[in-house]
Amino acid sequence: MSSVELKNISKSFRYVQALEDVSFMVRDREFFVLLGPTGAGKTTTLRIIAALLKQDSGTVLFDDEVVDAMTPADRDVAFVFQQYSLYPTMSVYDNLAFPLRSPLRKTPEDEIKAKVTHVAEILRISHLLDRKTARLSGGEMQRVSIGRAIVREPRIFLMDEPLSNLDAKLRESLRVELQHMQKTQGNTTLFVTHDQIEALTMADRIGVLNEGHLVQVGTPEDIYDRPATTFVAQLVGTPRINLVPGGRDNGTFFIKDSLMHLPAPEGRSLPDNVLVGIRPEDIFIDPAGQFSGTILLTEPLGVETIVHIKSGEQMLLSLAPGITQLRRGVDVTFNILLDRLHYFDQTGKRLA
Amino acid sequence: MSDFYETGPSKPVTESIRVDKVSPRSRRIHSLRAIVVIALAIFLLIPIFIMAMTAFKTRSDVVSSPPKTVFEPTLEGFVFLFTERAIITPGRITKLQEAAESGDLGLFDRIALKSGQEITGPSDYVTRLKNSLIIAGVSTLLSVILGFFAAYAFSRFNVPGKDDLMFFILSTRMLPAVVVTIPLFLMYRQLGLHDTHIGMILLYTVFNLSLAVWLLKGFIDEIPTEYEEAALVDGYTRMQAIRKIVLPQAMTGIAATAVFCLIFAWNEYAFALMLTSNTARTAPPSIATMLGRGGIEWSAIAAGSLGFLIPVVIVVFLLRDYLLRGVTFGAVRK
Repeated sequence: MSSVELKNISKSFRYVQALEDVSFMVRDREFFVLLGPTGAGKTTTLRIIAALLKQDSGTVLFDDEVVDAMTPADRDVAFVFQQYSLYPTMSVYDNLAFPLRSPLRKTPEDEIKAKVTHVAEILRISHLLDRKTARLSGGEMQRVSIGRAIVREPRIFLMDEPLSNLDAKLRESLRVELQHMQKTQGNTTLFVTHDQIEALTMADRIGVLNEGHLVQVGTPEDIYDRPATTFVAQLVGTPRINLVPGGRDNGTFFIKDSLMHLPAPEGRSLPDNVLVGIRPEDIFIDPAGQFSGTILLTEPLGVETIVHIKSGEQMLLSLAPGITQLRRGVDVTFNILLDRLHYFDQTGKRLA
Repeated sequence: MSDFYETGPSKPVTESIRVDKVSPRSRRIHSLRAIVVIALAIFLLIPIFIMAMTAFKTRSDVVSSPPKTVFEPTLEGFVFLFTERAIITPGRITKLQEAAESGDLGLFDRIALKSGQEITGPSDYVTRLKNSLIIAGVSTLLSVILGFFAAYAFSRFNVPGKDDLMFFILSTRMLPAVVVTIPLFLMYRQLGLHDTHIGMILLYTVFNLSLAVWLLKGFIDEIPTEYEEAALVDGYTRMQAIRKIVLPQAMTGIAATAVFCLIFAWNEYAFALMLTSNTARTAPPSIATMLGRGGIEWSAIAAGSLGFLIPVVIVVFLLRDYLLRGVTFGAVRK
């Protein structure tokens, strides 16, 4: 396993700037997740690392060694595609054996057999080895595709939204399996996803990508609790963070178009106009609450209920534990955890 | 039916109304369609059937009116087609008759005595058929191989001026063959390509290449690039990936293209007539010239045409699996 570093990578296609000056490092044995919406440049990044695409400028380093001139085969990475991309004319066994049969490796056939059998056991696909790939379910296909990656020891695993074509149940179980495998085998993994839950649950570190720019790199806690921009704040967390305009008025601090006046945050000076981010779980309904509003809607999820509260003209989402008895149209009072507020300036940057 | 939905069944439901069963109506349509297809096939096969019958008729049976449907089959037509014959001299006839009386007369001698003609060697048609096989076979092979690589490049890489090039390739087919035969004839004579195998192979390859590139590009476009990319990452070079991944999946398209190219090169008449005279002459013009040599040998012409059909039938038969199989049966989910 290797570390992989990107230095000032830029790439543009005919009409779009796909990546602009992206630099980050995936440490050895780390599970790094690139998170971003569709079109952010995540797949482009992966393809550049695999040498399936050539960057316009910048350098890719494996273990501090420049690999820009190397072909995909020589870089020795493993790629798990979103579309599985199992070779349709081959059986599952041949698919798994394919990387080992590469002229680069020249693995003897009995060693291939041992390795394939071993991998099939790990992924619980031993019973499928003789099958043609067209006759597999989505989950089985993705297992084979992952198996094709782990059958050899590549320098890094590149995974391009491998779970996004699976149904929710399967996604959850494969997510756990992947994480378990990565932790027990210590594989360096770069995982691309647009699903913030996958990112938060699996990553050692997350890099948030938006429109070709790397917005923030950090641990899941960093990303969730100290988002660098409103974009990051809105990208992670469901339900979505409340983002409301705030202003100052004679030493107090208020949320515009609402009934909420907050004490001015201590020990920090804020500009006159800011954006305030409040996580739904930091707003809770309390009979002795400081603020008041009307319930617009409730969305019971079982474990918790999303309560839509209208205060003045502002809409706020709040999370209440379990299933509440609150009904729409009811007036409520609520409290906010003031020390957990996020402040952003007008351009969306976090105010320290 | 509408009553059923409003009021429910008025009496116990004893038969299934599941929609996934074939309704009698659609089954009727289905069988009607089968009948139409069979009738059409028979109708279209009539000329071939008549040709096949003619090939086995004797000279008198061929011209008899009304045409005979029941007749004694003979290989006379094939003999005429494949052999060069000479009329036996009177001296030889007497010699043969003597031999016949003494009882030691071989099969060929007996035929010679009966027909008054003797086989002197194989006819031109044999070499012509061989020419056809060589020229059509090699040009098809070249068209498909060159076309495959060109189509692959057009499909996968950013070839500068790709659209213009593709149009240019297609435009080589826009002039009717007749228009270009004269200039080609002059060019070929200057270059010494007239009446050579290489010349004809070159011509048919160029002609078929445009078709092959366009057809194959369509088929290769259908194969997702991820397969090759997966192979590249798995430690294979581009050429190895093409051989192991693209080629097996493109077989359907390659087979279809090969059949098209073969049929064109095999059937081509105008160029062959103009640009060949003897050594490289192919079968189609030579069948036609049989019309004019010492009366019309209908059974020989029919036999020639029948024999001419067979190689194409064999090729199509061998490739039938590829031709019939669906284009995408892969494990890519879209």
